[in-house]
Amino acid sequence: MGKMTLDDLKRIKEKTADETSLRHGATVVKITVHMGTCGIAAGARDVMGALMDEMSQTERKDIRVVASGCMGMCSSEPNVTVEVESEKPIIYQHMDANRMRQVFRRHVLAGEVQTDFALARI
Amino acid sequence: MKELSLHILDVAENGISAGADRLEITIEEDRAGNRLVIVIKDNGRGIPPDILAGITDPFYTTRTTRRVGLGLSLLESAARRCGGLMTIDSAPEKGTWVTATFAHDHIDRAPLGDMGATLISLIAGNPDVDFIYRHIAGDRDFSIDTGEIRKAFDNKPVTDPEVFRYLMDIIGNI
Repeated sequence: MGKMTLDDLKRIKEKTADETSLRHGATVVKITVHMGTCGIAAGARDVMGALMDEMSQTERKDIRVVASGCMGMCSSEPNVTVEVESEKPIIYQHMDANRMRQVFRRHVLAGEVQTDFALARI
Repeated sequence: MKELSLHILDVAENGISAGADRLEITIEEDRAGNRLVIVIKDNGRGIPPDILAGITDPFYTTRTTRRVGLGLSLLESAARRCGGLMTIDSAPEKGTWVTATFAHDHIDRAPLGDMGATLISLIAGNPDVDFIYRHIAGDRDFSIDTGEIRKAFDNKPVTDPEVFRYLMDIIGNI
């Protein structure tokens, strides 16, 4: 299977063993990338790629990423929904990789809704 | 879709919506036989025969948000356009098996594209699903099984940062 060996896996396992207790904390932010046919055709995969890259660089452990289906607003795809605990969900439209990074850094991490490409709150 | 890997992402998501927790994606490139074959197999709830008969109709969908379901219809068009075809085997409780074949050298055959990005999107967005991916091209054979990885970690999720970064490292080199 690829280049991975059991030794590699064991090494990672030992390293993460201590960290796992923190991982089971609550989710404070849920980010949904809409991956229906419309979203995928419009570029949702690259949005997801940028999001996962940002996720790999943050220390936060309370953010959950989910891929879901289309929500019916196909002409504004790629759409991304950001739900911060105790706040109303924000739907971002016409997303691309750069906008995703902006939304992640400024909304998810710093709490500022990016109103330029956000739909009215639901 | 501009790349076949996007069709794969789309159809795989169908399987996940059907409740699958195990998805097999196999790509076989046979230049000698001039065929490119994509197989996507899921262990979801399966499709009843009456629905299966009309499933490539773009106006059939299980979605409630729209009356159009284009994914399978687009894939079938793409395969037919390239001298191939798409078949779907499915039954309730038996999962679903989608096969699409293309003439490898057909001028209209879209490139396979970024399978790494497709896999990352699938794995990241669906951490509870096991993906078994295999790509055979001539004498090269690459495979990855996220279920094996998960078991090696005593069933911790693959989105654990260290594991995920490791996965991205391997998959980034596909």
